[in-house]
Amino acid sequence: MTQNITLDKAKKGSALIVISLPSGETKAQLIRLGITEGDVVKCIERLPGGTVIVQKNRQEIAIGVELAKKIKISLK
Amino acid sequence: MKTDNLIVDRQNKINSIDLSSLLVKTEKVVLVGNPNVGKSCFFNHLSGMYVDVSNFPGTTVSITKSHYKGREIYDTPGVYGVGSFNEEEKVARDIILSADRILNVVNSLHLERDLFLTMQLIEMGKKISVLLNFSDEVKKRKIKIDVQKLSGLLGVEVIETAAINNLGFDKLDYAIENARTGHQQLDISFMIEEAVEKTNSRAEALLVLEGDEEIARINNIPAGTANEREKLYISRRNKVNEIVDQVEYEDSKKGEFFNKLGRLSLNPLTGIPILLFMLVLVYFFIGDFVSQTLTNYTENTLGKGVFEYYVKSFVADLTPVEINVEVPDAAQNITTQKDFSFPEGMNKLPTLKKEFEIVSRQPEAITTFHFQNPIVKLFFGEFGVVTMTTTYLIFLLLPLVTAFYLVMAFLEDSGYLPRLATMLDRTFNKLGLNGKAVIPIMLGFGCVTMANITTRILGTNREKTIVTAILQFVIPCSAQLAVITILLTGAGLAPLLIYVSVIFSVLVALSTILNKMLPGESSPLLIDLPVMQFPRAKNILKKTYYRTIGFMKEAGFWFFVGALAVGIMQITGLLTVWQDILAPLTTAWLKLPREAANAFVMGIVRRDFGAAGLFDMKLTINQITVAIITITLFVPCIASFVIMLKERGWKEGLSIWFGTWIVAFLVGGIVAQILI
Repeated sequence: MTQNITLDKAKKGSALIVISLPSGETKAQLIRLGITEGDVVKCIERLPGGTVIVQKNRQEIAIGVELAKKIKISLK
Repeated sequence: MKTDNLIVDRQNKINSIDLSSLLVKTEKVVLVGNPNVGKSCFFNHLSGMYVDVSNFPGTTVSITKSHYKGREIYDTPGVYGVGSFNEEEKVARDIILSADRILNVVNSLHLERDLFLTMQLIEMGKKISVLLNFSDEVKKRKIKIDVQKLSGLLGVEVIETAAINNLGFDKLDYAIENARTGHQQLDISFMIEEAVEKTNSRAEALLVLEGDEEIARINNIPAGTANEREKLYISRRNKVNEIVDQVEYEDSKKGEFFNKLGRLSLNPLTGIPILLFMLVLVYFFIGDFVSQTLTNYTENTLGKGVFEYYVKSFVADLTPVEINVEVPDAAQNITTQKDFSFPEGMNKLPTLKKEFEIVSRQPEAITTFHFQNPIVKLFFGEFGVVTMTTTYLIFLLLPLVTAFYLVMAFLEDSGYLPRLATMLDRTFNKLGLNGKAVIPIMLGFGCVTMANITTRILGTNREKTIVTAILQFVIPCSAQLAVITILLTGAGLAPLLIYVSVIFSVLVALSTILNKMLPGESSPLLIDLPVMQFPRAKNILKKTYYRTIGFMKEAGFWFFVGALAVGIMQITGLLTVWQDILAPLTTAWLKLPREAANAFVMGIVRRDFGAAGLFDMKLTINQITVAIITITLFVPCIASFVIMLKERGWKEGLSIWFGTWIVAFLVGGIVAQILI
């Protein structure tokens, strides 16, 4: 286990553990889509500028850089 | 069958729930599901009417109602959960609260995501049945779902369906009849126990606890905190994950090609070439094949050569007319030219009529009718309401508009748009938007009015304002694009490039200014990427067909009204007055012919009609450039204006509307002063 970083720093292809989500409405929306703290997700793409696409099972979700900066993760 | 479209007024409806259940015994069956799971397919089947089906969120933005076997049936916008995070959710929430039975449509490929809503509906104490849609896709991908077990765990009926192939439609009656309340989780029941006593129902109690302020206000109790919502959400999420673990068995990788294409279209490095490739394809299809080869045939051969010729010949049988026939050879030299005069109509001079028919029915002949009677002229003359309008509408605009709708439908169904949104996210950030804004903007190229409603999928008010302004100012709809395409055809590359760069600069300037002016911050991108697929021909054709019919119905009427208005203004001399008023603007500032003022009368009603008014003028290439820029930036059509007022309010709507006047003439004029 390495140190915690934020999602916008994740490398393409890496498996990640979600450590914390920003609270409030965004968190509720992420939970609905299937992403909760403690989940293992895969970063399948990291676009220039920092937009990140994560995958959990067959679900792919694109996350803008401003939101990605607020999601703490650790590498698996 | 009685069907109607209603945008539900929240306050009224909530007050009327109790009343309607007392007075009318008709049960409400509501289709509920995540975005893009096929609710509308079921609705289409049950109601026998058509609503749009797309592969992206936000297609169904209002509630559609119909009747089925003595019950009312409702289609709702797709939502990931019942709540009040945005307008769509509020609309869906209200209809769900008032539902007697719910058909919960679930995407079998995304059980984890979709069952979250299912669990919430069960916790709300609603009578539901689950339709496991896309069961064919599941089999293709070698995924196994234990339907029996899922049904047991949820405590409701679960039925496998594949709406696209009508699979499982025979079990819909069973699903409706047997809808029931499922197994409710003990811990959640415990959490909401207290609130249930203070509210109308278990459903409302749950929503209040999840922080729904509106429902809390109606019940006169405080809404739950973000913390309480989180607790409920996490408990529900865990339960869903537990269920999915028990019922789903994976998996082999399938659909690799489209998966890969989907990935590639996300990264600008590969995504921009893919985008350009698609634009080139679209150009060859619309700009080359449809707008030149096809419409040349439909407009000249069918429209003018057959339709107008026979209609005018028939009218000429009865009224005074002078006719000119020219027959060009292959090199466009006029070989034969003949004038015919029928002071009392063709029927009075049968021999001359015979001669006219022989000359004018040669394949290359161009026949021009000059009617003497002003009323006949108004309806059947060169710019006649019956003749010219029909040619424009049926033989010119119809093929083009159909082509644009076809392309839009293809893009929508492929799942490409959300990926385009993702790729352009960072670019849009600079304009104060997030990538999601691409979706209404792209839809605007189909119909600005529809796109206006789709701005609801955006997170904040400032984003909605910026995108609405972009739509109303700079995005030409398919009908207008059709006309612009025709005007640009044969004008060469330069006007196209000038047009695109001017319009694009206005877009950037407009959103940058609004971004600076409007308070607050835009929301970051958070979008679910649907499975990339090759669209089903049936769905695309159906969608194109219904949208085209819709367009013809609406546009047809306004075209005739507009043509009639211009015709009457012409006869009464009002047109000259209007031209005089606008003359300083049109001739001195925009450097267009005086008659261009006509285009601006009609443009207020419909954008495409405004641009169509430019066809008849002999314009230089530079004048065409100025004209299409001005017309594009000019006011949106009446329909989208009305929808904008509804969506964004009077103040904002009117500011945008008057703003388009100023910007259109300002920018058009500047371009004119430089070019001409």
